[in-house]
Amino acid sequence: MANMSLNKVKIPEQDPNIRNKNFLEVALGYTKEMAIEEAQRCLNCKHRPCVSGCPVNVKIPDFIRLVAEGKFEEAYEKIRETNSLPAICGRVCPQENQCEKLCVRGKNGEPVGIGRLERFAADWYMQNIKAKTNNTVKNGRKVAVIGSGPSGLSCAGDLAKLGYDVTIFEAFHVPGGVLMYGIPEFRLPKALVQDEIQTVKDLGVKIETNMVIGKVLSLDEIIELGYEAIFIGSGAGLPSFMGIPGETLNGVYSANEFLTRINLMKAYLFPNCDTPVKVGKNVAVVGGGNVAMDAARSARRLGADNVYIVYRRTEAEMPARKEELHHAKEEGIIFKLLANPTQIFGTDAGWVRGMECIEMELGEPDATGRRKPVVKAGSEFVIDVDTVIIAIGQTPNPLIKNATPGLDTTKWGGIIVKEETGETSKKGVYAGGDAVTGAATVILAMGAGKKAAITIDEYLKNK
Amino acid sequence: MFRIVKKRILNTQVKLMEIEAPFIAKKAEPGQFIILRASENGERIPLTIADFDRDKGTVTIVFQEVGNTTKALGKLNEGDMILDFVGPLGTASHFDNVKKTAIIGGGLGTAISYPQAKKLYGMGVEVHSITGFRNKELIILEEELKAVSNKLIVATDDGSNGVKGFVTDILKNLIEEGNKYDLVIAIGPIPMMKAVCNLTKVLGIKTIVSMNPVMIDGTGMCGGCRLTVGGKVKFACIDGPDFDGHEVDFDEAMRRQNMYKDEEKISQKEHKCNLGV
Ligand SMILES: Cc1cc2nc3c(=O)[nH]c(=O)nc-3n(C[C@H](O)[C@H](O)[C@H](O)COP(=O)(O)OP(=O)(O)OC[C@H]3O[C@@H](n4cnc5c(N)ncnc54)[C@H](O)[C@@H]3O)c2cc1C
Ligand SMILES: Cc1cc2nc3c(=O)[nH]c(=O)nc-3n(C[C@H](O)[C@H](O)[C@H](O)COP(=O)(O)OP(=O)(O)OC[C@H]3O[C@@H](n4cnc5c(N)ncnc54)[C@H](O)[C@@H]3O)c2cc1C
Ligand code: FES
Repeated sequence: MANMSLNKVKIPEQDPNIRNKNFLEVALGYTKEMAIEEAQRCLNCKHRPCVSGCPVNVKIPDFIRLVAEGKFEEAYEKIRETNSLPAICGRVCPQENQCEKLCVRGKNGEPVGIGRLERFAADWYMQNIKAKTNNTVKNGRKVAVIGSGPSGLSCAGDLAKLGYDVTIFEAFHVPGGVLMYGIPEFRLPKALVQDEIQTVKDLGVKIETNMVIGKVLSLDEIIELGYEAIFIGSGAGLPSFMGIPGETLNGVYSANEFLTRINLMKAYLFPNCDTPVKVGKNVAVVGGGNVAMDAARSARRLGADNVYIVYRRTEAEMPARKEELHHAKEEGIIFKLLANPTQIFGTDAGWVRGMECIEMELGEPDATGRRKPVVKAGSEFVIDVDTVIIAIGQTPNPLIKNATPGLDTTKWGGIIVKEETGETSKKGVYAGGDAVTGAATVILAMGAGKKAAITIDEYLKNK
Repeated sequence: MFRIVKKRILNTQVKLMEIEAPFIAKKAEPGQFIILRASENGERIPLTIADFDRDKGTVTIVFQEVGNTTKALGKLNEGDMILDFVGPLGTASHFDNVKKTAIIGGGLGTAISYPQAKKLYGMGVEVHSITGFRNKELIILEEELKAVSNKLIVATDDGSNGVKGFVTDILKNLIEEGNKYDLVIAIGPIPMMKAVCNLTKVLGIKTIVSMNPVMIDGTGMCGGCRLTVGGKVKFACIDGPDFDGHEVDFDEAMRRQNMYKDEEKISQKEHKCNLGV
C-alpha cells in the first residue's frame, strides 16, 4: 500500500545559523527508514511521466520500487544503467523542472523526492559496496576526451564500457570540472565527486591532468597520437563581466575566481592551504542563478555580515534551483530584486567602497518568454559594499576554438554540433555539454556526453 | 609529476631549474609561461619559460624566493618531483620587422627577458641588453645574456660592479649616443617598466612590457589577471603577458598586485599543519 502523505519525508539538514558558518554539507541525506518511507509514496504509475522528464531517462519507478523493497544495491545499479554520476545528480539536478515536475503525486501535494532517493541509493552504495572489478573486453581503439566535467566523464565512461581505450585530457590539476571548482563543498562534497570519478576510472578511463588542449596539444596532434575520435566537453568557463566603470577595482571578483579560490584551491582553509580569498563585511553578488547563490552563501560562510543578491528581475524569474534559493534565504542572504548595477565606486587606494544600482521594472516578454527588465529613469541608489562578485554568466572559453581551424562555433563561442549526434564540423570530433549549449546543467551535460558516446561508437565501427 | 633534472643557484634568492616536461618543451615559445603547484595544499603560481630544449624535452624556470610557494620550490633538489606543471600558457611574443632592439631586464626580469633576447638574436636582430640589479651579488644570467646580445650593459644601483645607474638612464644614454631602436622590451618591477615607457613614449619607440598580475588558472577562466590596456580590459594569461607598454594602466596593475599583501604575510608566518584535504 502506497504512503499517501502529501509531503515528502523531510530531509535532515544542518541548522541555518550553524551551517552559515561552516562548509559542511547542508542536507544530510535520508536514513534507510526515511528512504523506504519516501519510496513508498511512488505510485509506480504505468505511463511513467517522470522518466521522460529526465534528460538521461533514469528508470525512476523501477529504482524507487527497489528502494522501497530495501534492495539498495539493485536500486543503485538500476540508476547506473543510464546515469554514471548518481550521487552528484541526486544533489544538484533541478528536479523541480525535470522528473519531479511531472510526478503524478505533485498534482496534489509534493512530488516524490526523486532526487533525495537517488542520492540515498548512491550514498548507500558507496558506503557499503566495494568497487567491482570491471571485465569489459577492450577493443584497443583509442578515443580522447577533452575536459573532465560531467559531459566528459559520462562520455568517457560509456565509451569505456563499450571497450574503448579512453583518455581524458583535463586542464586543471584535478578532474571534475565545475563539480570541483564551481559548486561548493557544502552542496556537493569534493570527496564524493572524487569517489564518483573513481568509478569512471574503475572502468579503465585514464585521466591526464595539467593538459590544456589548444596550448600543449592541438586536436590534430591528438589524432596523430593515435586517437581515432575526440569528444570536446570543455564547458563554459569564460566569465562575463558587466562592462561598467569600476570593475577592475580590488574587491571585484568574477564568481569563477571567487568560487575557484574557495573550492578548488580551498581558500576557506587558509592559511592551512596557501591560496587566500578576501571577503569583506558587505558583499554584493550580481546575478540570480545557482552560481550567484553559491557565491553569496560562500561569502556568508567566510564571515561577511551582509550579503546581497542583486538581480534585475524578480524571484519568479531566477534561474537558481528552488532549494538553493530557499537555503540562501534561511542563511540570511538579502535579496535586492529589480535592481541592476551601473557603476562601482572605489577608494583612493583602489578598493571597492560602494556600488550604484538602478531600479528596474518588468516589461514585455523577451525571446525566452521571460519579461524583460527595463530601467526606471532616475532611480539610482547606492549600496554600501566592499566586495562585488559578478555572477551574470559564463560562455565557452575560446581557447580550443582559436587553436582549431575548421571547428565551427556560434557568435558567442558555442561549438556547433548536429543535435542528435554531437558531431562538429570537424571529422571525428564531437562535442557536448556547456561547450555547446553555454552554461546549463549537470544532467544536460551528461546526456550530451552519452549521446556522443553512442555516435562515436557507430562512427568507429563503420570506419 | 614532473622531474627536476637540473638545479642551479644563481644568487641568494634566485634559483634555476630544468624540468622534464616533454609535451610543454615541444610547444613552448618565448613569452609564454607555465603554472606550477609544488605541494598538495599549495598555490598555483605562474613562472616564465626562461628556456626550453625540445630535444631533451625540458623546460627551464628561474624564480626568486619571495613567498611560500617559491621557497618550497627552492627546497626541492635534482631528482625531486614537481606535483603539477602546466603550459605553455599565454600568447607567444611576435616580432616583425625589428632591426635593432634594446632589451631591459630589471632584477629577476632579466630571466623573463632572456628568451626574448635569444629569439631576436637568433632572428638576426641587433640586440642591446641592459640589465639592472641592486648590487653585484644579485647579478644573474650574465654569461647567458652575453651570448645572445651584441652589446650587454650590466648596471647596479650601488655601483658595486663598476657600472652605476638605473636602466632608464642607460637606455637614455644609448639613445643619445645615436642608437636607433625600433623596439624596446622592458621587463621588471612595475615602476621600472613604467619609467621606461614614459621615456620611450616621448621618443615614439614601440615598447613591449611583460605583466605579472596574480593568476589562478592561466587559461582565461577566472579573470583575476585582468588589466586595463588601451582603455580595454584584458586577461594577461590569454592576451598577454606581453603588452604594448604605452597602453598599459600601470597604476591600476600595481594596486591589483597588492590585493593579497596582508594574506601573503600571514601565509608566511603561520605554522602549516598538513591537513588531509
Ligand atoms: C557555481 C556553479 C553552480 C552550479 N550549480 C548547478 C546545479 O546546482 N545544478 C546543475 O545541474 N548545474 C549547476 N551548474 C552548471 C553545471 O555545473 C554545468 O552545466 C556542468 O558542469 C557542465 O558540464 P560540462 O562537462 O559541459 O563542463 P564543465 O563542468 O565546465 O567541465 C569542463 C572541463 O573541461 C576543462 N577544460 C576546459 N578547457 C579545456 C582545455 N582547453 N583543455 C583541457 N581541459 C579543458 C575544464 O577545466 C573543466 O574541468 C552550476 C555551475 C556553476 C559554475
Ligand atoms: C606571467 C607571469 C610570469 C612570471 N614569471 C616569473 C618568473 O619567471 N620568475 C619569478 O620568480 N616570478 C615570476 N612571476 C611571479 C611569480 O608568479 C610570483 O613571484 C609567485 O607567484 C610568488 O608566489 P609565492 O607563494 O612564493 O609568494 P607569495 O607570498 O604568495 O606572493 C609574493 C608576491 O608574488 C605575487 N603573487 C602571489 N601569488 C601569485 C599568483 N598566483 N600569480 C601571480 N603572482 C602572484 C604577488 O604579487 C605577491 O606580492 C611571474 C608572474 C606572472 C603572472
Ligand atoms: S589567470 Fe584566470 S583568467 Fe587569467
